[in-house]
Amino acid sequence: MVYEIIVGGPVGGLSGGKAGGKNSATPRRLELEKCEGGWACRLDGEAISIDAVIPRRDVLSLLVDGRSYEIKREQTATDLHMWVGSARFAVEIRDPRSLRSRQQAGGDEKGPRKIVAPMPGRIVRLLVAEGASVEAGQGLVVVEAMKMQNEIKSPKKGVVKKMPATVGAAVNPGDVLAIVE
Amino acid sequence: MFKKILIANRGEIAVRILRACREMGIATVAVYSDIDRASLHVRKADEAYPIGPAPAAESYLRMDKILDVAERSGAEAIHPGYGFLSENAKFAQACADAGVKFIGPTPHSMNLMGSKTSARQQMEKAGVPFVPGTSRGLASAEEGEQVAERIGYPVMLKAAAGGGGKGMRLVHTSTELRSALESAQSEAQRSFGDSEVYIEKAIVNPRHIEMQVLADEHGNTVWLGERECSIQRRHQKVLEEAPSPIVDPDMRRRMGEVAVKVAQAASYTNAGTIEYLVDQQKNFYFLEMNTRLQVEHPVTELTTGLDLVHLQIRIAAGEKLPFAQANVAIRGHAIECRIYAEDPDNNYFPSPGKITVLLQPSGPGIRRDSGMYEGWNVPMDYDPLLAKLIGYGTDRRQTIMRLERALYEYFVAGIKTNISLFQRILGDADFRAGRLDTGYLDRLLAKSNPAVVSNVPERETEELERVAAIAAGMFAALDPDATSGKNGNAGGSAKIPSNWKRAGRAEGLR
Repeated sequence: MVYEIIVGGPVGGLSGGKAGGKNSATPRRLELEKCEGGWACRLDGEAISIDAVIPRRDVLSLLVDGRSYEIKREQTATDLHMWVGSARFAVEIRDPRSLRSRQQAGGDEKGPRKIVAPMPGRIVRLLVAEGASVEAGQGLVVVEAMKMQNEIKSPKKGVVKKMPATVGAAVNPGDVLAIVE
Repeated sequence: MFKKILIANRGEIAVRILRACREMGIATVAVYSDIDRASLHVRKADEAYPIGPAPAAESYLRMDKILDVAERSGAEAIHPGYGFLSENAKFAQACADAGVKFIGPTPHSMNLMGSKTSARQQMEKAGVPFVPGTSRGLASAEEGEQVAERIGYPVMLKAAAGGGGKGMRLVHTSTELRSALESAQSEAQRSFGDSEVYIEKAIVNPRHIEMQVLADEHGNTVWLGERECSIQRRHQKVLEEAPSPIVDPDMRRRMGEVAVKVAQAASYTNAGTIEYLVDQQKNFYFLEMNTRLQVEHPVTELTTGLDLVHLQIRIAAGEKLPFAQANVAIRGHAIECRIYAEDPDNNYFPSPGKITVLLQPSGPGIRRDSGMYEGWNVPMDYDPLLAKLIGYGTDRRQTIMRLERALYEYFVAGIKTNISLFQRILGDADFRAGRLDTGYLDRLLAKSNPAVVSNVPERETEELERVAAIAAGMFAALDPDATSGKNGNAGGSAKIPSNWKRAGRAEGLR
């Protein structure tokens, strides 16, 4: 199997700082092939000796040249994260053979962007209407959870194409609040 | 002793009290709102009854429903935990009227402590130190200048009817006083319809240190040592420790003796906490009394070896305190981290939702009081406290090391938590040196990317990125559905492979 993997710099966790920046990193080419006694692994062409066991769902024990790592996988509404110890990395995986994943991976800056609810909550206010022009970072919707209000901001400059969010509605993570193009 | 106790609370504190009851051979009755049916406290209780919809005002704050459950289940006593009805004198009175023992102080003591002015008069009679100033409004600017001169600058002007910072002014010198007083008075008039303003010495960068007391119903009151609670954000405590890094045995004894005086002046019974403001010269001033069990009670339990919930129940059952002040000894050091469902990357905004992965620490010197479990949906309707991670060691340094190790083991996915915040605090030079005050956490968070001091093995970022890339590929190869699909609620596309398949795949890796 061959994967193209983009690893953003460490986000959150011990390192602080914001998520993102994953588009600026260059993709790494990972080749994994089952072989006798385990896996043959090449990262950007370099052969690496690894051993891997999944002791439970979302946890991977990885030995790299004798060094032991426990990696935790977290799939959020919007991102895939790998936790190596206390450091968290946003990753994006592309299977070069899969058209579907290519389509999913593309279109970050150009084209329409879906703005999804990052956590469950209730919509308390709409800050813009359909058809409005918005700047990057401008507030679109206010979502309330645990008595705290959170402004959901536009990731890009553009026009609000759709605004499925309605005041008073309960939302789940991943629900589309607005589409900005 | 009681045979059955109702716990009028939820979350980690309900579980904490359930455990104490089980240890003492007392049957437990849980109450729950509709959204809490699958909560841990319901699962762990001997009996459980619904009390209404999710909003607390329609369930956990409904005295009538809770008392009805007490009657139906035959519970002889009610433990209110903290929050909700725990400091509600009307509820304590309603319990007494219904013939159910309220595990806490009497309504009389609660009323006395709930009112600022009546508490202050009682306390002043007992010789309790208050922040110097006038307790009544200033008659004139001249009076204000005289008082400020006597107590020393800086001073704080406060609206008597005030709250929320309205009508408050910090005054550094006598030249500013007159205009500050005028503007504070007019703001107080506009905000509260009452222009009365009083003056207090301003405590610059205060610490918040509190003292635990226990009083039985036979006139015995003891103090159990202080807790340093200066690490706060939005007036919410985040990390507490016992003992305080700045309190020596003499100061502890003096704080304890004042606390006992306060409790006795209010005829206080059961567990309570006296909060103090402490200035930079280590003068301490009475702030208020919390008439309940505190969230942070475990640090006192670990450093005294006592179980405060056991003792609360025994006191409520009419027993005498089983020890005297002379038997109380403070040993070792304990620190509590409040694990909240909050997003550190989003200004610590609450983050409810489903916990998809939970890996919990254990081992030497680690206590975990938790209300969460893997697969549980953290509701958005209540306080975001999930669990408390408490470290204990022979001294502060060892306790910090143990907590750092435990935080390294702690992993929660599906929701965001503030676990990384504690890694920052514990590694911070000011924290390690015990240089704390109530502004500490805001200052720490204002600093950008911290250089973390940590005993956790650190490897090069590049190396970790390579590991992350290999891991991502490995997960995709072994469990492709979960990696490419969207998790959880998004359209039901998450497929969870069977354990057999997973085990087979893992075997295939060997």
